[in-house]
Amino acid sequence: MGLLSRKVTCNSHGQDSSYFLGWQEYEKNPYHEVNNPQGIIQMGLAENQLSFDLPESWLAKNADAAGFKRDGQSIFKELALFQDYHGLPAFKKALVDFMAEIRGNKVTFDPNHIVLTAGATSANETLMFCLAEQGDAFLLPRPYYPGFDRDLKWRTGVEIVPIQCTSSNHFQITAPALEEAYQQAQRKNLRVKGVLVTNPSNPLGTTMRRDELDLLINFITDKEIHLISDEIYSGTVFSSPGFVSIMEVLKDRCLEQTPVWERVHIVYSLSKDLGLPGFRVGAIYSNDPIVVAAATKMSSFGLVSSQTQYLLSAMLSDKKFTKEYMAKNHKRLQKQQSKLVSGLAKAGIGCLESNAGLFCWVDMRHLLSSNTFEAEMELWKRIVYDVNLNISPGSSFHCSEPGWFRVCFANISEETLKLAMQRLKSFVDSVAINNQSHQELKNSRKKFRTKWVFRLSFQSFHDREQDER
Amino acid sequence: MLSSKASSNSHGQDSLYFLGWQVYEKNPFHEVENPSGIIQMGLAENQLSFDLVESWLRKNPDAMGLKNKDGESVFRDLALFQDYHGMPAFKNELVEYMAKIRGNKVKFDPNNLVLAAGATSANETLIFCLADPGDAILLPTPSYAGFDRDLKWRTGVEIVPIHCSSSNGFRISMFALEEAYERAQKLNLKVKGVLITNPSNPLGTTMTKDELQSLITFAIDKDIHLISDEVFSGTVFDSPCFISIMEAAMDSNLKRNTDVLSRIHIVYSLSKDLGLPGFRVGMIYSNNQTVVSAATKMSSFGLVSSQTQYLLSYMLANKKFTSNYMKRNQKRLKKRKEMLVSGLKKSGINCLKSNAGLFCWVDMRHLLCSNTFEAETDLWKKILCEVGLNISPGSSFHCSQPGWFRVCFANMNQSTLQVALRRIKDFVERSRFNYQQNMASLSRKLIGNWVRKLSSADSEEQER
Repeated sequence: MGLLSRKVTCNSHGQDSSYFLGWQEYEKNPYHEVNNPQGIIQMGLAENQLSFDLPESWLAKNADAAGFKRDGQSIFKELALFQDYHGLPAFKKALVDFMAEIRGNKVTFDPNHIVLTAGATSANETLMFCLAEQGDAFLLPRPYYPGFDRDLKWRTGVEIVPIQCTSSNHFQITAPALEEAYQQAQRKNLRVKGVLVTNPSNPLGTTMRRDELDLLINFITDKEIHLISDEIYSGTVFSSPGFVSIMEVLKDRCLEQTPVWERVHIVYSLSKDLGLPGFRVGAIYSNDPIVVAAATKMSSFGLVSSQTQYLLSAMLSDKKFTKEYMAKNHKRLQKQQSKLVSGLAKAGIGCLESNAGLFCWVDMRHLLSSNTFEAEMELWKRIVYDVNLNISPGSSFHCSEPGWFRVCFANISEETLKLAMQRLKSFVDSVAINNQSHQELKNSRKKFRTKWVFRLSFQSFHDREQDER
Repeated sequence: MLSSKASSNSHGQDSLYFLGWQVYEKNPFHEVENPSGIIQMGLAENQLSFDLVESWLRKNPDAMGLKNKDGESVFRDLALFQDYHGMPAFKNELVEYMAKIRGNKVKFDPNNLVLAAGATSANETLIFCLADPGDAILLPTPSYAGFDRDLKWRTGVEIVPIHCSSSNGFRISMFALEEAYERAQKLNLKVKGVLITNPSNPLGTTMTKDELQSLITFAIDKDIHLISDEVFSGTVFDSPCFISIMEAAMDSNLKRNTDVLSRIHIVYSLSKDLGLPGFRVGMIYSNNQTVVSAATKMSSFGLVSSQTQYLLSYMLANKKFTSNYMKRNQKRLKKRKEMLVSGLKKSGINCLKSNAGLFCWVDMRHLLCSNTFEAETDLWKKILCEVGLNISPGSSFHCSQPGWFRVCFANMNQSTLQVALRRIKDFVERSRFNYQQNMASLSRKLIGNWVRKLSSADSEEQER
């Protein structure tokens, strides 16, 4: 049989990690309020399921947008034929306006600089193909989204070199960490082409501060490399501090006419804020016309269905809808996040303080039997199989410290979340009781041993006394 | 600063194939608004049967409105559906539709089908699965211009052409296959497979069972893969009927070789038969489980919108619609093609005999001023700029012989085609007239020279 490619026969698609294995377990025994109340609750899926009613009701009032009609006239033929990789102009305009709205209109985007792709997955891979050769490297702060191992590396041959971030400073990126990552790449003979950050962060759920963004800009300017800012969660920022986009910082620092302006690229998608991962809408935004031109041609490999472009251009052009959606969606995300945080607190579990995303970065270090990744795996397995919650272990996000878990809250109802918290509390309580009784047992054994040793030595003393008499 | 992929032109989009489109975009024909504009005949799209799809849509608003048969909204399920295994209902309908196109002589298993965002994505993904950078794929020429981008650009795989010529109707001969293979070896390229397009773009012909079986034997013999791009399979409008590679492989003689099916892969799409290129629906079909599994994961980079999967699964489930569509669409394609062929014939231009596709492979060798590609490009420019027709020169399909052009017929209405044919006729007549004029003036010149020579010889004699 003819051999297959190395890409197929190796497992560099990264899908053997526990992140994906947890999903498989969930698939075998999925929780259902009625049909399977004992099943595994899915808390490993970063999806926004809290606000469907809003686009659904918009759809009901705007049947033409889904019905291939414009002003009551059928434009089916036009859409069926539309495969221009420059994208539907009306959609790109609506999309850049929406992106600006998310950023409080503090930046504006040019629709000619946006490239549509089939999801952020496609956008990220395409950017790699545009910016790096096989064997080049990108620096990524850890912990990071497990899918990047596939999206950035698999078919491109690009390497990821992690930037160490730790809980000591809430996992923020520091200058020494950036420099160290760069040096590490050099030591491995890897040419660094850029840094990729996710802002807001997955899995941390935090937005980057202005000084972090400044730091990044200084770093990439100094090293003359690229910066990709994956801002797919930008629309999920539900509390302060507000979202500061890299573009805003560049603008505030008056860097538009400098070389660094063309080395910053944004990735966006409608999968997280609008909760539409099935529609496959992603985008690359770049100030470099060569990148835009190349990425546009590459988008041939993953164009967005014209049917979907049309529907969403109509929806996003409805400013009343987008305003209402954003306000309500943020409120619901915030409410659900605080329910998770307080539920965890009741179980004696803390989270990293977060203001965005569809998940919390949860601190379960105190539940580990030892400060190791083996212990983290053990704990994870217990939570999946005994507690029946699929949460994602920090190791699958390449976290450098064991004991952290990503727990999603936006893909389940309030009731399911409550149940999950109850299960967790029971688990933690039982662990505490076990620990306590284990400790008591240990203590009593110790006491017993001490008594016995004492008796022995007393005996011998007594014996010796007798001898010596 | 940027990758070589971004800064080079290995995307192949500087070819004439694409340049012609650009010129067209600047001055497009419109019956009313721009009747002297350029008529687009370089676009292989099927625009003849929209009314059939549109009428189905009008009768099935729920499919568009994301509602199920009970009128309940399925928006939420669809909005969340991003499973790279694809929508089961959609895959079930697709394999049935594919079987129907093949006269139900083969059956397909939906579990062996991988959806992709168009055949563009499907082809690239297959190459990523079957070959490493620096490996080679053999491709019969003339072939679709987009393959230079789709198969090579980001994969780093090379294309080695199998030269086909008009001497045998551009069929793939064993000799040409072997020759291409050897050429690859000489270039130190490891051949991983052969990719054929059947029905062929740009020829518009279908392959015979013998041809297919020779290819399969070749693939077995060399231990390589065989990709059959069958995107035009639903456009076969005339005999001989379409024979899929799968059907050829089912032959008892070949079946004895147990792994033959694991090296054959089909690419399909709804862009050509159903005329829906905007919806980005392509697929890979393979019996090789490793390929299916890897291609499935890779499809993450180009999934089909769930909104579209839903609409089309609904539509293809309607067997009455698909039967009616196939029949009427094929009839219309045949009629339109015949109109083009007879129109060209009236201008003294012949086409390769074809039974499929959305275009004809047209022989304009006799209109070249010399048997060269420069002459072909000159002729192409004249036809684009003076005649106002964007047709695609054979060189952009890597044809080894100058003078052939691909002319599309299914992307315009009848009256536009008539205008195009009239323009060609006028052009040919003008050219003939000019030729005659040139010939006449050349003859006059030659005779004049001869007479002058003669008379000077006379006078010389006289002077002696």
